[in-house]
Amino acid sequence: MVMSTETDRKTPTRRRFVQATLRTAAGAGACGLGLALFAAQSRSLPADALRPPGALPEPQFLSACVRCGLCVRACPYDTLTLADLAAGPAAGTPFFRARQIPCEMCEDIPCVKTCPTGALDKSLTDIGAARMGVAVIVSRDTCLNLQGLRCDVCYRVCPVIDQAITLEQTHNRRTGKHAVFEPVVHPDACTGCGKCEKSCVLTDAAIKVLPLGLAAGRQDEHYRRGWEEKRKAGRELVPGLIDLPDRLPEAKP
Amino acid sequence: MTARIQARIAGREAWALHGWWTAHKYLILRRLTQLGVLALFLSGPLAGVWIAKGTLAASLTFDALPLTDPFVVLQSLAARHWPETTALTGVAIVAGFYLVFGGRTFCAWVCPVNPVTDLAAWMRRRLGVEKGFSMRRETRWLVALAVLAAAAATGTVAWEMINPVTLIYRAALFGTLAGLAVVVAVFVFDLVVARDGWCGHVCPIGTAYALIGKATLLRVSARGRARCDDCLDCFAVCPESHVIAPALRGRDGAGPVIASGDCTACGRCVDVCPERVFAFTHRFDTRVDAAVPPPPPAAGRSAPAALEKA
Amino acid sequence: MSEQTRRDTMKLAAVAAAAAAAGVTLPEAAEAQVARGDGIRWDKGVCRFCGTGCGVLVGVKGGRVVATQGDPDAPVNRGLNCIKGYFLSKIMYGEDRLTRPLLRMKNGRYDKAGEFTPISWDQAFSIMAEKWKAALKKSGPSAVGMFGSGQWTVWEGYAAAKLYKAGFRSNNLDPNARHCMASAVAGFMRTFGIDEPMGCYDDLEHADGFVLWGANMAEMHPILWSRLTDRRLTHDGCEVHVLSTFEHRSFELADNGMIFVPQTDLAILNYIANYIIQNGAVNRDFVSKHVAFAHTVEDIGYGLRPGHPLEVAAKNASHKAGKDGAVDPAGMRDITFEQYKEQVAKYTLDYTAKLSGVEPDKLLKLAKLYADPRKKVVSYWTMGFNQHARGTWVNNLVYNIHLLTGKISEPGNGPFSLTGQPSACGTAREVGTFSHRLPADMVVTSPAHRAVAEKIWQLPEGTIPGTIGYHAVLQNRMLKDGKLNAYWVQCTNNMQTAPNMNGEGFPGYRNPDNFIVVSDPYPTVTALSADLILPTAMWMEKEGAYGNAERRGQFWRQQVKAPGEARSDLWQTIEFSKYFKVEEVWPEELIAKKPEVRGKTLYDVLYANGTVNRFPLDDLQQGFDNDESRAFGFYVQKGLFEEYAAFGRGKAHDLAPFDLYHKARGLRWPVVDGKETLWRFREGYDPYVKAGEGVKFYGKPDGRARVIFCPYEPAAESPDKEYDMWLCTGRVLEHWHSGSMTRRVPELHRSYPTAQLFMHPDDAMQRGLRRGQSVKVITRRGEVITRVETRGRNKMPPGLVFIPFFDEGQLVNKLTLDATCPISKETDFKKAACKVVPI
Repeated sequence: MVMSTETDRKTPTRRRFVQATLRTAAGAGACGLGLALFAAQSRSLPADALRPPGALPEPQFLSACVRCGLCVRACPYDTLTLADLAAGPAAGTPFFRARQIPCEMCEDIPCVKTCPTGALDKSLTDIGAARMGVAVIVSRDTCLNLQGLRCDVCYRVCPVIDQAITLEQTHNRRTGKHAVFEPVVHPDACTGCGKCEKSCVLTDAAIKVLPLGLAAGRQDEHYRRGWEEKRKAGRELVPGLIDLPDRLPEAKP
Repeated sequence: MTARIQARIAGREAWALHGWWTAHKYLILRRLTQLGVLALFLSGPLAGVWIAKGTLAASLTFDALPLTDPFVVLQSLAARHWPETTALTGVAIVAGFYLVFGGRTFCAWVCPVNPVTDLAAWMRRRLGVEKGFSMRRETRWLVALAVLAAAAATGTVAWEMINPVTLIYRAALFGTLAGLAVVVAVFVFDLVVARDGWCGHVCPIGTAYALIGKATLLRVSARGRARCDDCLDCFAVCPESHVIAPALRGRDGAGPVIASGDCTACGRCVDVCPERVFAFTHRFDTRVDAAVPPPPPAAGRSAPAALEKA
Repeated sequence: MSEQTRRDTMKLAAVAAAAAAAGVTLPEAAEAQVARGDGIRWDKGVCRFCGTGCGVLVGVKGGRVVATQGDPDAPVNRGLNCIKGYFLSKIMYGEDRLTRPLLRMKNGRYDKAGEFTPISWDQAFSIMAEKWKAALKKSGPSAVGMFGSGQWTVWEGYAAAKLYKAGFRSNNLDPNARHCMASAVAGFMRTFGIDEPMGCYDDLEHADGFVLWGANMAEMHPILWSRLTDRRLTHDGCEVHVLSTFEHRSFELADNGMIFVPQTDLAILNYIANYIIQNGAVNRDFVSKHVAFAHTVEDIGYGLRPGHPLEVAAKNASHKAGKDGAVDPAGMRDITFEQYKEQVAKYTLDYTAKLSGVEPDKLLKLAKLYADPRKKVVSYWTMGFNQHARGTWVNNLVYNIHLLTGKISEPGNGPFSLTGQPSACGTAREVGTFSHRLPADMVVTSPAHRAVAEKIWQLPEGTIPGTIGYHAVLQNRMLKDGKLNAYWVQCTNNMQTAPNMNGEGFPGYRNPDNFIVVSDPYPTVTALSADLILPTAMWMEKEGAYGNAERRGQFWRQQVKAPGEARSDLWQTIEFSKYFKVEEVWPEELIAKKPEVRGKTLYDVLYANGTVNRFPLDDLQQGFDNDESRAFGFYVQKGLFEEYAAFGRGKAHDLAPFDLYHKARGLRWPVVDGKETLWRFREGYDPYVKAGEGVKFYGKPDGRARVIFCPYEPAAESPDKEYDMWLCTGRVLEHWHSGSMTRRVPELHRSYPTAQLFMHPDDAMQRGLRRGQSVKVITRRGEVITRVETRGRNKMPPGLVFIPFFDEGQLVNKLTLDATCPISKETDFKKAACKVVPI
């Protein structure tokens, strides 16, 4: 009641002005909110989309990438494309799908060089240090090598062979005389270039490169691997501990 | 007034009096410029001749000249990313350029949305669509703020996902055609919802250039305002018609130069004015032509009788 | 399907569905019946690719091979396959299968410069016969020739050998195995007097040490490598030594990986022999009983054209034999053990390490493995040895080591030459498709051998010519020189795979004097270089037999029809013989010795000869096609096989009866008294070694294998100032040879689409090259555009580049030199000098 009385007292012009201003502000606000919701929804990268080498972590990348497409232009292998408005990575941002065209890991990393904003981090100068994603054997029951066949296409095509992917050999108990060559990915060396996923001969690849956020686990701080700590330190962490000899029967002469 | 605007076809008289070219000069030059800029980007993917790479958001010309859209970088800053020098250099160059050559010149001469909204405005005039929903001038500032707020809130360069300016370029250069849906929406908005609604009232890119335009050197002057016979053709074609009145009417001692940053320097008023009232000049030009009769029609051309002044 | 069985099937399907829904596993028998409900007929086959000989089962439905599987009970592979074998079901169905004979024509007539135009088989054979007769008339039997294949089935090779050696009386028949196995053959013959390995794959489960000499088993024999790896994993103390000129995938398992300077394997092998002698590791008992010593003829040139400066300079180059004191390069003279010891004494550790670039401790480790009497050692080699300007020598040298130590012919001990083709042994070598050979290791130069063949073939004495025909490389040279005018290539892509394509192969094929016929399922580079292309039935589109590297013969039945008018090489060869009357090809004096052949065709004389055509169609397995037998009216394959088997039975090449092979998963010859032979030359294992003999190398008249001293001699072409790098060519796992089958499997193509130049990063940097950059590889003979790869599977030493030859978009053999081992005539594809420049 009080409000209506106050409103009544105001001149019609002023009332209209306030109403219109409120309406405009509300419209603009709704517009901003809609945009924010849309942007928030597009913030997560689909699992099959990979960012170019040197891309900042996804949240920072989205704040830095201006969607100019210069990296796409710089890519000599047409690996990179810009996302369309439809479902996928945030519209206008560069990405690639390993199964279509993987990253060929150019030594001079032209996409990073050309990025004007730093969304692709120029501190990446060794392509071997790129972490576009990480390869994961997603289907152990279809991977041919795990059945004992000799495919290892993913392994042989890996530009960081023997570091990013190794073949772990085990005895094939079924045949009794063959070895199984299990491809094992080592995330600390995998650049996520996607050559393995591209080359997998299966209709649906058994090895896929996933974005780091999706695939990478993290070692917790509260437990350390003793053997690794010792290797890093180059010595026992607690020096000077002793081990007494065991009493054993004397050897008979 | 409305009736008169509707009865006339804006620019027809100028065409009759001064010839087709004079009545369309800046329109044609603008379209050529818009296409020309796009062509600089397209020559690479189409013909392998690489001149400009990237889009209007950020580009690299001849692998040397970086250009960056100021509002895009503003969003990036709002999203708390401090861009690399290249991007900042690009902003400086762009801002410097438009400080000289008219802020929203970008909108009229470069922006690919301009032909779209121009088409919507032309169809409005032709179809006689009612003015419709009226938007307030301040809307654009609020939208720009809202967009920056969205960028800050989400930590992304949010507007670039739906910015029709760069969507058109991305569609043309990178084949991301779904983005054109936004452009269609803008067209429908301008045609049906609000006259000159998008560019003048919503687009934050234009708003940023309008800000630069407040201080820019290049301006349009109603230098021949004394000759104005109130045909209102200029108001009919101007996408930001509120900018004309102060300079044309000279109320409250206003000078002849259109001072508003909203003016896109499209030159359409220059084209369509039968009395040749408007001309491009710099912001410090205060000259006003004496009240003399309009110049005679161009030699060798006779005005069609139907268009003779009553 | 009867009503009863249909109902059963439906019932079983319903049971299976219910069980699956309930998570229940059905007993096996019930499952198998449901599996049969999918309408696929499974039958035994063998992999189409390498010489490993993996057993497969082939699934046919609706006249099409719809699936394959590794035969879970096959002794070689136990249900496994490599990635090529995984895609066997797709190799016959490339989109560009040839289905009609195509002749180069202009204005309705044959024209060497014309366009390929479809014609009928009769038209094709008519024009062929016209050209063959013209060539025979003009220059005699030396003007006709044929290039065959280690991928031919046994009977295809045998039928071709008969047509040429007996029918056309020309020994100008050579197989692509010349590029692949010839050095191994020559090595076996010189050392043992009998061809093919004494051991078998079972050695893999018995050895304590493996040495790979120029063999990248990890990629080229993937299933055998899997067995070798398993032995290394499961047997304590098992060692793997790998020698190569660059680091390839087999180094991954190597306990001792050695990169040596190309050609210095000759020195390393002699060093090991020297070490064995110096350290008292000679098995004196074995050597005194079973070994004799010899010294090879030295300075034998490089098998190049006689005018080549290297041939002019070589004292005993092939073409000089008998002139100016020059001797046969294949010759050797007897020496004593002491003389042998003296010869190898020069190859000290110090000298060898310097020459080869291998660290002395690694060489020592290798020598110790061979010398250790407690260690059983198998040596494996493929193209690194065989494609070698001294290929025969390196084969001999590795035998020397095994003979000196007696590590041979017993489980886990032995030298073993691996093969690259599915029937390099079974066909190319055994049936006598080499230009110097007849079936069962016999040679055309021996009157006695010719007499045996003429008797079995029921031909007049003197039918088979006694001069060695043109070998593979010589065939291309003779084509170019216009001396070989009517030429047929079957089942191989020799334009892409023969050396010096620009210099010899292509000018030879396109020489206007020549008429070139190529039979192939696909339009290969070779087919497109021909004048007449004949569409060929492949693999499961015909009944076949392959013989793998361990002497294992494996048969399969025809599973499906070939597309269009495509016909097997067997049908083509035999059908073509019908176009020749004996009088048109044999001289009157020969016919006079057997007048009853007068007026007959070569078909009548060679194939409808009462022996080959003695098995009726009733012998065919019910339910299977056999297009050749239906066409000729008798069981062709059985007839040819049984006639051929007569050559070897009782002569240590005993093959089992034909029908047995269709029942067994392959049999290793000699098959005597219903038993396979795993280790030859040793009592108890080999039926030809009598009780009390212990070991007998019965291939030699004196029963002694030869330890043959062969020195180090340099390569034909080494890097110099201008051509500053070694060029090595070879294969990758994903593609087989020239890629004509594997590149038509989309998945394999995707996995390795184009060839690359593997290069050391420093070499790339020095030349201003980046990884992935386009470059030109240039030799004195040609250039190829490719891309640089500095990472990945092959790690090159500085100064050596490797490029695979599967990619018809990068014809690597434009670069290679046609230098051969002067004894085996096998090309050295591993060593040429090249330079690499950016484009």
